[in-house]
Amino acid sequence: MTAAPLVIDVEGINKHFGDKHVVKDLSLQVRQGEIFGFLGPNGSGKTTSIRMLCGLLTPDSGRGSCLGLDVLTESAAIKRQVGYMTQKFSLWDDLTIGENLDFVARMFGVAQRREVVARTLDELGLGGRRDQLAGTLSGGWKQRLALAACLQHKPRLLLLDEPTAGVDPKARRDFWEEIHRLSAAGITVLVSTHYMDEAERCHRLAYIAYGALMASGTAHEVVAAQQLSTWSLSGPHLQGLAQTLGDLPGVDLVASFGATLHVSGKDAAALEASLKDFARRKGLTATAVAASLEDAFIYLMQNSQDPFAGGK
Amino acid sequence: MNGFSLSRWFGIMLKEFIQLRRDRLTFGMIVGIPIMQLMLFGFAINSDPRHLPTAVVMADPGPFARAYVAAMRNSDYFRIVGTVDARDADSLLDRSQVQFVVTFPPGFHRDLVRGKSPVLLVEADATDPMATGGAISVLNHLGAEVFAPDLPGVQRPGMAAVDLRVHRRYNPEGITAYNVVPGLLGVILTMTMVLMTGLAMTRERERGTFENLLATPATPVEVMTGKIVPYIVIGLVQVTLILLAARWIFQVPMHGSLLVLYAVVLLFIVANLALGITFSSIARNQLQAMQLTFFFFLPSMLLSGFMFPFRGMPEWAQVVGNALPLTHFLVLVRGIMLKGNDMGMLWDQVWPLLLFIAVVLVVGLKTFRRTLD
Repeated sequence: MTAAPLVIDVEGINKHFGDKHVVKDLSLQVRQGEIFGFLGPNGSGKTTSIRMLCGLLTPDSGRGSCLGLDVLTESAAIKRQVGYMTQKFSLWDDLTIGENLDFVARMFGVAQRREVVARTLDELGLGGRRDQLAGTLSGGWKQRLALAACLQHKPRLLLLDEPTAGVDPKARRDFWEEIHRLSAAGITVLVSTHYMDEAERCHRLAYIAYGALMASGTAHEVVAAQQLSTWSLSGPHLQGLAQTLGDLPGVDLVASFGATLHVSGKDAAALEASLKDFARRKGLTATAVAASLEDAFIYLMQNSQDPFAGGK
Repeated sequence: MNGFSLSRWFGIMLKEFIQLRRDRLTFGMIVGIPIMQLMLFGFAINSDPRHLPTAVVMADPGPFARAYVAAMRNSDYFRIVGTVDARDADSLLDRSQVQFVVTFPPGFHRDLVRGKSPVLLVEADATDPMATGGAISVLNHLGAEVFAPDLPGVQRPGMAAVDLRVHRRYNPEGITAYNVVPGLLGVILTMTMVLMTGLAMTRERERGTFENLLATPATPVEVMTGKIVPYIVIGLVQVTLILLAARWIFQVPMHGSLLVLYAVVLLFIVANLALGITFSSIARNQLQAMQLTFFFFLPSMLLSGFMFPFRGMPEWAQVVGNALPLTHFLVLVRGIMLKGNDMGMLWDQVWPLLLFIAVVLVVGLKTFRRTLD
């Protein structure tokens, strides 16, 4: 994997919308064949970053290349080799499935268009429904169609902006299997998501908050870098305790995990002392566990300031 | 339980006001359209036009002829643009440079003094019957007023000093349809072409499909021109329908070449489509595109000479009117259909259309956001 060439290599990319600094000094390296997860709270600049990578937006400053082409000057050439799937379904509702695929194929100048469209329809299992209007498809099918549409021109890089938002678990799982198949075939995938299980399926991750890159690496590295100790609390009447727990010395983060509470902190010794005492007084069980990716992300989210919201 | 809740009702009303205020363009239209209508109907429109450009053909430049011309000028209805020979006078009428040509025949002075009622020929461009009506009725009693004091004794009761003959050129029977039907061609094209292209583009933006289109290698020129062509076809179909109706239902004459007419129509369609595309780059949604279209359509109807005589409007309104493609298109269509104008006579109205297209396209391409920023 380390020997694979860089497909995305940007440094110090900035973007402003009016007086809002939406992306700050973003640097990102993605290697060929990687599935790179892009995480961060809503409004953190994920979509803007992706749009800059595929040439829809021009960065205000910074430099970088995508597929060996300059993101500032060669966006037209980049577009030809990138498949971009928008956050919202953006194929034409009033065109049929077949017409949508055919239109997109034409836009990219796909060779042997008819064959490619026919094959895409077959692979989707939509051959019999090619004359159905795209707007009448369910959420999961729309998502599959959108993915298939942006694969027709055989892109070397896929940019997927929250592709599984609002899609049922089965469809999500199928979708990720497809992503892994594509990755195995050498296609690089950059995908933004809010789901932890999806984040864990990525080879590497970047966490971006309010325009700035906060952490990056493998899931394991990102968790380790936060140096969190985590304890799991279980027992009766846990619901009302989160507030009290948060005020204890050494506790930085309290999060519900099903029937248990995850309590995390940077200061391992202080955390352990506080929790053992607390558990004894309330009659709870405290067990040390490995910090999960979700703990790490919620911790990161808590500690990044939203400059637009004026607080955390 | 679910009776009328005043606070709920108030909440809905408040939300509506807030949303209305947010939509700046709509808010602007709410204020702008009534003001524009007031200005147009209150000041610009005048169904009794004065200061109509008039050419004089003077075969006998005697003092009576000069006095008559002076009286025409003093009546306020005529603006004498010059003295020309008969052939030039025809061409001025054909090219819509003047509304009237007044011809004083040879021996006008002599016949007048002898009481022989010389013929005074007034040729009017009657394509728009409304534009000439007032002026012609003034001419009818101008003769008596001018000559009576200087010709005592010669005047016999019941006999006019001059034999005033008015030729209503191009539309001798004063049929309104001759004027309105060719005009409708332009009005309908303006409405549909600007609106349809305006909506076509904003629809993509509103539904989010525009982003998908931008992510493909398609260039702005490809997108714009590709989207325009179907509407050109629609425009041509509309024109054909109106022309068929003009011919078979309204019996409007067609003196010029159909080919020239279609060439002019095509130019006019392009001008409107360019404007529609530009509107769609400015408007953020389909409602705004419709409002902009309406904002443009209103002066086009009222200031172009379609509903009211162009020459009856005050100077400022004529300046505004001259910036509208419909104004020039109306002169072109009436010129071709009613006057049989050929290609060479149309240039006066064609270059303003070309200029309009050029200006609007530059603005449109500048505002068309290739990227989303």
